[in-house]
Amino acid sequence: MRSRSTNLREVHVWEMPVRVYHWINALCITTLCITGYIIGNPPAFMKGTEAYFNFWFGTVRFVHFISAFLFFFNFIFRIYWGFTGNEFSRWNNFIPLKRSQWKEIIDVIKVDVLQVTNKQIDSIGHNSLASLVYFITFLIFLLQCLTGFGMYGAMSNAFLPRLFAWVVPFLGGDMNVRQIHHLLMWGFILFALIHIYLVFYHDYIERRGVTSSMIGGWKFIEEDVVERHDKQAEENQKG
Amino acid sequence: MENHKPTFYEEVRGNGVSRRDFLKFCTTMAAFLGLEASGVAQIAKALQSKPRLPVIWFHFQECTCCSESFIRASHPIVANIVLDKISLDYQETLMAASGVQAEDAYKAVMAKYPGEYIVMVEGSIPTENEAYCCIGGRSALQILQEAVKNCKAVVAWGNCASAGCVQAASPNPTGAKPVHKVISGKPVINVQGCPPIADVMAGVVVHLLTFDRIPQLDGLNRPKAFYSRRVHDTCYRRANFDAGLFVESFDDEGAKRGYCLYKMGCKGPVTYNSCGIIKWNDSVSYPIQSGHPCIGCSEAGFWDNGPFYQHLPGVAGFGVETTADKIGVGLGVATAVGIAGHAIVTNIRKHKEIINEPAEGSKVETTKE
Repeated sequence: MRSRSTNLREVHVWEMPVRVYHWINALCITTLCITGYIIGNPPAFMKGTEAYFNFWFGTVRFVHFISAFLFFFNFIFRIYWGFTGNEFSRWNNFIPLKRSQWKEIIDVIKVDVLQVTNKQIDSIGHNSLASLVYFITFLIFLLQCLTGFGMYGAMSNAFLPRLFAWVVPFLGGDMNVRQIHHLLMWGFILFALIHIYLVFYHDYIERRGVTSSMIGGWKFIEEDVVERHDKQAEENQKG
Repeated sequence: MENHKPTFYEEVRGNGVSRRDFLKFCTTMAAFLGLEASGVAQIAKALQSKPRLPVIWFHFQECTCCSESFIRASHPIVANIVLDKISLDYQETLMAASGVQAEDAYKAVMAKYPGEYIVMVEGSIPTENEAYCCIGGRSALQILQEAVKNCKAVVAWGNCASAGCVQAASPNPTGAKPVHKVISGKPVINVQGCPPIADVMAGVVVHLLTFDRIPQLDGLNRPKAFYSRRVHDTCYRRANFDAGLFVESFDDEGAKRGYCLYKMGCKGPVTYNSCGIIKWNDSVSYPIQSGHPCIGCSEAGFWDNGPFYQHLPGVAGFGVETTADKIGVGLGVATAVGIAGHAIVTNIRKHKEIINEPAEGSKVETTKE
């Protein structure tokens, strides 16, 4: 049996609301991409029947709309949690305003993307590059909500979709809105591909238990990294 | 006689239209405009008491299909409204006068009815070089800007005047612009379509005449009464869409059964117009009813969002018929290749870390049994 003893500490990184958000989001995005693709490119598998027997395409659209509402409120919740959650879920992780964040972005590119150096990345939660990518996905979330509800607004009298009525004229008509909405769907698909691969990658290389951390919330972090983190936190409090 | 401005009612009665037909017309218009029952009386009262609406009607870069549409209006009085009853003081296609007399006619309107007359425009205005469209030695831009200065409101007929239509399609050689982009300070009503439905045009005129103010407009300045719903949402084939029954080629079983034309490139889902309700040519039919997908002619930039027979528009800069999906799949494949490459490199370069051997400089204790 191969085993090793290492100096690892368990760190509670992802709080329950963050994990719930993550999995609702994953579910919504999967549903939205599949139903969205079908709406954009429906399979014509039925022939020789009459409309009054069927409603499958209406159902697909209905599922898309319901998932979209869930996705939207979940997204709003995550923004709220960015201001009340723990340090790993705070909003300032996601926007690289500090020099140290940009430095780490370059380090991550060197260590994990290009693999030209081998250095320890100190971040316990998301690394700075991952955070930046998540920030970009948040912007895509926002655009997708705007264009989606913009199109939906024309057939609804409800308060929320009507709030987005300005989107269609702003973008010059439904044709453009639909095109943007469709292109951005591919952004989600590409993100999911890379995101899932990188989870495998990090778990494989770093063995911090990153995959299960999104289920249980805890990560295994090297002792020295935790110590440096605590020291930094102390300094920040004093300073 | 000089000071008597005949009302619309007096004009049509003089033309042999019965009171009964006049009231029928008022009722039709009230229905089109979505007014309540009392609206009929308001329209009838306005048409009987108010003097005719002085109108200057310009033709710039266009094909005159808006005028053509109008003179084919379903109700005879509809045609009468613009053709001779709203004092069409200047209309290049239909007026008898020409040359100096024609010029004098519209100048006379501007002088006689400042702040009262309506400017109606067919066609876009060239801005790349104003000389692309000149009438009587002056450019379209000059003529329009002078005319709107003292007008009450501007009605932009059709896609050309509302959004530039085919002249403004890429690469837009004349720098064609719609009316609302070249004038300011006056309300512009965009009566969209290529051409707009005749009854819609009449409805807008009747509204202006009856209520003395512009109708309620949407975000793109189109009258809400006619452009607030998608063709798709008012289409009689909609049930087939919800049932997932689609035409896949123009000669298939689905086409025969009248299935939804969504997959044939129908732009109904992105087009706001009244085609599904008012229809065309005396409410006989409209494109989808005749088996052809909607091309979205009442939407800005519909020429550039083609091909007409493809549901997803091509993406500019990627060649003809390259849709978002093709680009997406391409990027997906590129990503998958990138991931595979990265995974291979990882297994080679990070071999030591993977098999638990301490990397240089790290203090990992390993025990092997």
